Amino acid sequence: METSLEKVDHIVDSYTCDDSMLIQILQDVQTEYNWLPREAIVRVCEKLQIPVSRAYRIATFYTLFSLQPRGRHLVNVCLGTACHVRGGPRILEKVQEITGISAGHTTADMRYSLERVNCLGCCALGPVMTVDGEAHGKLVVKDVEGILNRYE
Amino acid sequence: MIPLKSTAELEKFRESILSKRNSDKPCITICSGSGCRAGGSVRLAEVFKEELEKRGLQTKIDVKETGCHGFCEKGPLVVIYPQEISYVQVKPEDAAEVVSETLVNGNIIERLVYSNPETGEKIAHENDIPFYKYQTRLIFGNNSRTDPTSIDDYIALGGYSALAKALYGMAPDQVIDAVTKSGLRGRGGGGFPTGRKWAEAAHLTSDIKYVIVNADEGDPGAYMDRSVLEGNPHSVLEGLIIGAYAVGSHEGFIYVRAEYPLAVTNVGIAIKQAGEYGLLGKDILGSGFDFKVIIHRGAGAFVSGESSALMTAIEGQVGEPRPKHIHTVIKGVWDKPSVLNNVETWANVPVIIDKGAQWYASIGTEGSKGTKIFSLVGKVNSTGLVEVPMGTSIRDIVFKIGGGIPGGKKFKAVQTGGPSGGCIPESLLDSPVDFDELTRLGAMMGSGGMIVMDEDTCMVDVARYFLDFLKDESCGKCTPCREGITQMLGILTDLCEGRGEEGDLELLEAIAEVTKSASLCALGQTAPNSVLTTMKYFRDEYEAHIREKRCPAGVCKALFSYYIDPAKCKACMICFRNCPVGAIVGEKGQIHVIDQTKCTKCGTCFDMCPKRFGAVTKVSGTVPAPLPLNERAIQKAK
Repeated sequence: METSLEKVDHIVDSYTCDDSMLIQILQDVQTEYNWLPREAIVRVCEKLQIPVSRAYRIATFYTLFSLQPRGRHLVNVCLGTACHVRGGPRILEKVQEITGISAGHTTADMRYSLERVNCLGCCALGPVMTVDGEAHGKLVVKDVEGILNRYE
Repeated sequence: MIPLKSTAELEKFRESILSKRNSDKPCITICSGSGCRAGGSVRLAEVFKEELEKRGLQTKIDVKETGCHGFCEKGPLVVIYPQEISYVQVKPEDAAEVVSETLVNGNIIERLVYSNPETGEKIAHENDIPFYKYQTRLIFGNNSRTDPTSIDDYIALGGYSALAKALYGMAPDQVIDAVTKSGLRGRGGGGFPTGRKWAEAAHLTSDIKYVIVNADEGDPGAYMDRSVLEGNPHSVLEGLIIGAYAVGSHEGFIYVRAEYPLAVTNVGIAIKQAGEYGLLGKDILGSGFDFKVIIHRGAGAFVSGESSALMTAIEGQVGEPRPKHIHTVIKGVWDKPSVLNNVETWANVPVIIDKGAQWYASIGTEGSKGTKIFSLVGKVNSTGLVEVPMGTSIRDIVFKIGGGIPGGKKFKAVQTGGPSGGCIPESLLDSPVDFDELTRLGAMMGSGGMIVMDEDTCMVDVARYFLDFLKDESCGKCTPCREGITQMLGILTDLCEGRGEEGDLELLEAIAEVTKSASLCALGQTAPNSVLTTMKYFRDEYEAHIREKRCPAGVCKALFSYYIDPAKCKACMICFRNCPVGAIVGEKGQIHVIDQTKCTKCGTCFDMCPKRFGAVTKVSGTVPAPLPLNERAIQKAK
């Protein structure tokens, strides 16, 4: 962790240690580590001279942040209204059945993290899920397994 | 000439761009909005470029990746200039043929042309396709003609001339006057008159004032702000700078969802370019007016799109709403006067300044002027973004532009306004869409999501869906919203799972009223809308759930069963082989039967049964008894 905290310093410095940019800083830190390790949060707060509780309040309020390590592949199943009426919930059920985890969790082998999201903005392709940002649209339940298997 | 120092220099620069461009030069434009990207447009553009290079045509034919065209259903979309030939659902393997047949030989490829599903007519030009034909694209029109990462493209189409006109030809109060007279109302949901908001901020004395773009578009099923910001970021930026000049602000924010990475990128590029061109920063266009913009990325919280919550988030705090006894226009970010408008509202400003308030006010209805972009999604043939004059009827939007309901199904309702909105039934299809009319119907404009629902949509489930969404998104700060939503959701979940009781509807109504009147911010105040409108217009569905324990649409799992119609089953074994729990009894030549005790209602058999048989059906209520074993043999056709 020692060396990698330098990256945190870089990120905070790039925002000129401005604490109003805390949400932006935490996003960049998460991009760097794929989650928000405690050491990194503490370091951010030290540098900004703010209480650690403030960063945790933000990290637990916004859905984008993860306080747990995330899997190699992030699966987002869209449950926006358009996907909902086109059968999104059944896609989510199938993904849950295959991975054995519910939304918001990571598989024990760290292969997948699963999230449900409220609209990815590609409603024409509904129901949609993305894996590592790659969109898979017009899904039917039987396609799900094949798609997930493509991500090792 | 760069940075530009006057109106004359801007005009001269525009002329120099245009003089370098040859409108007869062939150009392949590829829609690169989010929908088409998800369909593979980025790869498609690469293949086109490779293909041109292979043939040594790269200097003779341009390739341009543009903003979203709107017809997402048929993406990836390609338009070939100068003939303006429109191709739909183009795949990388089509690229070579497009280059050789259309660009080199000048022939239209029938296979890639849009075909009207009703008449079978092939339509080769975008403007003749019904989806585009009945639209009025004031705000969205330039998306398909510009590369969003090129400020020159924007300037070539007249961009930033409205800014020059405001800075040099109009005093700040004249700008506000024009916006007021145009009748522009906030496109983010509330419909507050924009001019009045600006006037209030302009009259305050304060060392610092802020202007803010709200691009925290959180309504599920609405993505017009994303497409405008991704596809034409300079139009939003120009509107923002004009607004800043009008109210006397020198610092602005663009608050955009982190879920919209392309919008973040494109608006970042736009800010940088505008700065280099002297259109942003110090001494804009040599007028002496200074203005800078900072991008804030939201981190996934629906409630942060609410004005006071968004401003708290800009301060680097948790984005929760606060009481607005004093409006944010007076005390907003760091207690300074702050003018917040959404993406589409800002994008309207240059149009108003350019063409005049009177012209703008001639479009639309008495109380709602101009156009509105809707995202037409759900159970509709032509999904996409639709811009129409205010006052267009829902029927015209869904049927004329949207092409009606797929699969010959029956229209049931259209849901507007996102989670805060409501459902409008078929009997009100001819209602004109504007701010006041939608509110009168119990729905609302919201940001313009329009979700079409057909006979297979359960309205009780829809109400439950929205409350489930809002339960997660309520920040929990005030009790009526936090508890009201949770309790209503509890009752609706009971209804959907077959535990509904007499009196539930009255209780729902009572909780809805309290939540509506006692919540702190608009999230809670509007949360009951979906429940109240579905109960008002679809009460019979609620009653079926309670009294008959039936879900007429076949959505609520506890209230319907899958059933194989023995008259239609061909014993093909497909459902038998695919059932994940082995609930199907049957063999070759024997009509299949579902063992209801084993069935988990996953729907696999329903999906897999070949359409030409259509033997697997949903039954709400009592399932007919299975045929006795000795009668299950398939009767061969004589």
